[in-house]
Amino acid sequence: MQNQTEKAITGIAPVPPPEKIPLTLKINGVETKLELAPWVSLLDALREYLHLTGTKKGCDHGQCGACTVLVNGIRINSCMTLAVMEDGNEITTIEGLAIGEELHPMQTAFIEHDAYQCGYCTPGQICSAVGLLAEGKAKTADDIRELMSGNICRCGAYTNILTAVQSVMQQKGGSHA
Amino acid sequence: MHSFSYTRALEVETAVQEKAAGTKAKFIAGGTNLTDLMKAEVEKPLQLIDIRRLPLKNIEENTEGGLRLGALVTNADTAYHEQIEIRYPLLAKAILAGASAQLRNMATNGGNPLQRTRCYYFYDTATACNKREPGTGCSAINGFNRIHAILGASESCIAVHPSDMAVALTALDAKLNVSGPHGERVISFPDFHRLPGDTPHIDTNLQTDEIITSIDLPAKGFAEHHTYLKIRDRESYAFALVSVAAALEMDGTIIQEARIALGGVAHKPWRNTEAENLLKGKEASAENFKLVAEAIINGAQGYGHNNFKIELAKRAIVRALLQAANMEEKS
Repeated sequence: MQNQTEKAITGIAPVPPPEKIPLTLKINGVETKLELAPWVSLLDALREYLHLTGTKKGCDHGQCGACTVLVNGIRINSCMTLAVMEDGNEITTIEGLAIGEELHPMQTAFIEHDAYQCGYCTPGQICSAVGLLAEGKAKTADDIRELMSGNICRCGAYTNILTAVQSVMQQKGGSHA
Repeated sequence: MHSFSYTRALEVETAVQEKAAGTKAKFIAGGTNLTDLMKAEVEKPLQLIDIRRLPLKNIEENTEGGLRLGALVTNADTAYHEQIEIRYPLLAKAILAGASAQLRNMATNGGNPLQRTRCYYFYDTATACNKREPGTGCSAINGFNRIHAILGASESCIAVHPSDMAVALTALDAKLNVSGPHGERVISFPDFHRLPGDTPHIDTNLQTDEIITSIDLPAKGFAEHHTYLKIRDRESYAFALVSVAAALEMDGTIIQEARIALGGVAHKPWRNTEAENLLKGKEASAENFKLVAEAIINGAQGYGHNNFKIELAKRAIVRALLQAANMEEKS
């Protein structure tokens, strides 16, 4: 009865919630099977379903970069993609950069150069910087500033973030992560 | 986010059929604008058809001596493609002037021209907006309209198209190849986006059951004399207040052909070929460029907060043409 009323008012029958969709993500080297509703973002899948809370939710609109992760080695905003769309892909989060107790060079550089204050944007900054080095397009300090502009730091640690990224670039010869 | 179902298409034909059969179905590829609009409940599709697995991921030579860009090639892979860098640097520069590295890694060539306006009222479901809900009115005309149109607007809508890439593609006379239930057709870029008129909810001339499969670049890339000048509130990761794609073909200091497309000023990338023709056979000079700028901006109308764009656009056109003619350093 209620359904009929709703239909009469809106002209559209209420849509039953769709089935959850099975998917497999290789997260930080571990093959992970999930069943998720289609509207779960990759970010929410990581944080809410897999409890990998290193990846942060800042704006949830692709504007701040706090949710940056690497998909098949390429940096993206995990809030702007649906988990089901990433089925079969390899996801690297901040938790997957270190090898055992040995930090990734970018993590070490952020510590050495004091490239953060509150730390909320840091996982996204580090993943973005790792992606930037893999892309190999940044040659100058201005290039780094431009190509890191998708990561906002409200504390304003930009100067030291730049120094940290530069130091890793110099170690690696600027061509790869 | 609204509840919806999700399917994947593996072939263009089945994608088109599925869309035609679906109720309030939408294609999703990069998703950088659509997921955002769905979170804001501006877009409420009942079905998403994931087209990321369609075989539209190549950049190859086309039959007219130019390049064909697959609809699913990312904006980043397009801008950094060696042949684009060499033959179409205007396009590369425009793409890299938009969004952030992360978003360019996701966004696709087919999706970029289909992104929707960033008018704040369009995004705010508590306000009236003819583009979001036809017939409710335009909140921007008498509201905060600093980022809004000065050319080609209507009583119904003063929104602007946000893409940088589309401005360069309009200047280059690129063509879109689209596929629908009745076969394939070609739409030239300058005819792709629409002016708002009294149907501002329809952004483009793509039909709802059609899909963009590729973009063809003509042979002429204007690699020697071009610029993409983007004026915005901050130097990176912001939409244009005014942008200018300028491309010149020159014989010494004489202009053979000029292309000038503007972003941030209208509901579509703005071109005025009559004004462009004023430069044919003329000397490249600030004086001649000012005449063309006046002709292009002739009839522009401000709505209060955006009045500054009229003078800004004129100066940006002159500066862009000086840069394209290599008379001023590219910014």
